[in-house]
Amino acid sequence: MSREIFSSEEFDFAADLRRRKLIDFLFSVAGMLSLMLALITLIALLVDLSSTGLMRLNADFFTNFPSRFPWRAGILSAWVGSLAVMFTTALCAIPLGVAAGIYLEEYARKSWFTLLIELNIINLAGIPSITFGLMALGLFVYRLNLGQSILTAGLTLGLLVLPIVIVTTREALRTVPRSVREAAYALGSTRWQTIWHHVLPYSSGGIMTGVIISLSRAIGETAPIITIGALTFIAFLPHAPLTGEPPFVSFQWLSDPFTVLPIQMFNWLSRPQPEFHVNAAATGLILLLLTLVMNAGAIWIRYRFRKKLKW
Amino acid sequence: MAQKLSAFTSPNHPIRRMRRLRELLIEFVLMAAAASSIFITVGIIYILVSESLPFFDHVSLKEFLTGTEWTPLFENAHFGILPLLCGTFLTTVIALSVAIPMGTVAAAYLSEYVHPTAREILKPILELLAAVPSVVYGYFALLFLTPLLQKIIPSLPGFNVLSAGLVMGLMIVPYVSSLSEDAMRAVPLHLREGSFAMGASRFQTVFRVIIPSAFSGISSAYILAVSRALGETMIVAVAAGMQPSLTLNPLRPAATVTAFIVQVSMGDLPQGSIGYRSIYVAGLSLLFLTLCFNIFGLWLRKKFQEQE
Repeated sequence: MSREIFSSEEFDFAADLRRRKLIDFLFSVAGMLSLMLALITLIALLVDLSSTGLMRLNADFFTNFPSRFPWRAGILSAWVGSLAVMFTTALCAIPLGVAAGIYLEEYARKSWFTLLIELNIINLAGIPSITFGLMALGLFVYRLNLGQSILTAGLTLGLLVLPIVIVTTREALRTVPRSVREAAYALGSTRWQTIWHHVLPYSSGGIMTGVIISLSRAIGETAPIITIGALTFIAFLPHAPLTGEPPFVSFQWLSDPFTVLPIQMFNWLSRPQPEFHVNAAATGLILLLLTLVMNAGAIWIRYRFRKKLKW
Repeated sequence: MAQKLSAFTSPNHPIRRMRRLRELLIEFVLMAAAASSIFITVGIIYILVSESLPFFDHVSLKEFLTGTEWTPLFENAHFGILPLLCGTFLTTVIALSVAIPMGTVAAAYLSEYVHPTAREILKPILELLAAVPSVVYGYFALLFLTPLLQKIIPSLPGFNVLSAGLVMGLMIVPYVSSLSEDAMRAVPLHLREGSFAMGASRFQTVFRVIIPSAFSGISSAYILAVSRALGETMIVAVAAGMQPSLTLNPLRPAATVTAFIVQVSMGDLPQGSIGYRSIYVAGLSLLFLTLCFNIFGLWLRKKFQEQE
């Protein structure tokens, strides 16, 4: 086939080369355009949100409760709720995820059990987040009677981001060379001592990156929290974690009802009055900046650690 | 000192026994943590199935699968899942028709055309698109893209599938591009060099050498993107309106399976009511759909690998 083309007299090699170079050039333009489009989308998001919402971002907006009057409404209960839920999420996902990552990377032998866990973690990434919410509604809210509380939300989001923590922990552990482990074993450390004193400290940068990325995912997650029934009017704060009387620490806040930033935003967005859309834009701007800063932080940590550690 | 050293000479010394016990205990705890991920899957499937089974005491499977109206909360309730599936199908197709070409081209460009230093900067920026909360994208679709589209198509209603689908497509571009780029870069250098040595241009190398050899990785990127699109909730709930309708017209409002679940959850539903059951049935259908796509993708990958 190709020989025929080359031997035929009409074949003009120079023209063909020009054509192929043109296609090549056009493709590189297309590649650049699709990257540009992504960048433009991000910039358009930022500009659109800040042109509408920036003027609402004053001190009152952060210290006011939601209200029927758009100009008086604020996000106090939402940001406090987000903070409390994120704390609970981290408490659930980090120990569980890091422990699972350590087991899979350092302990697990090749067996059907390990394979099952690994396949399952891959699959969990594809399960729609809203089904986690449905599971939480049936299990945490109704079977375990935890109510529509901060604890329920934290557990739900913790389970949702668990695969991210596991996968990044494993990647981080994998970057620690074998020689470090063998040196520790040679000095008589047990497996756990090796992991705790050597492998974990060296991989802490990578693990931190994963934790930050998973929390940035959790902070914007809306659907599973709506599903557990948290879309309500909350004009009060959860109980304080510290109290005046002994034992000074109270866990009452875990079972309090709550609202979070993305839910407050959705609430305002689903109202017809444009005044509330301004509040939604302001909340969206905060959410967007939070996730961008968290992701930038994660990239920075990864970069720093990669530069610092030369094996 | 001598006494302490002797602890390590005999394997049955209490200190060494304690150490062995502790090691075993730690390994067990770590294993339990790893196994917990299986309980999540089991928990999701168990809760979804057990909460939706009573639904079929009220509604026949035939009505559920072939009914063309979905109005579970009305006085005269109809329970046909087709309108919701139709909405999900439509938004997914629109989103993928943006995300797959754009993501694949971006991946090929990053992997084959761009200088490695520039790639280190561009790839994280592209990945930021997936990090933006989806409710923010919902705002973007409803109050930025829809008014923009209305200038081109004046008859476009305020809530429509098109703008939700397009924005969803932008959101899942990184899911396509990131994994595809990893797969393309993992293609051994000698394949590239062989292709160049035969006189192929970079474009020809990408399409005839790189993409076919990285197809397994690229297809898993596509599968993840499909799963994301099927399960995406907030963009559709905000920007596509929440009226289930059996239509394939992207210029109209519609509801997806996920948007319906959000709509019902916004109200107060007593546990065990038919409305409560209906969100579990919807969730189960969604999970089933996602599972089918994943199995189809696995099958496709296997088939392609066999051909090589």
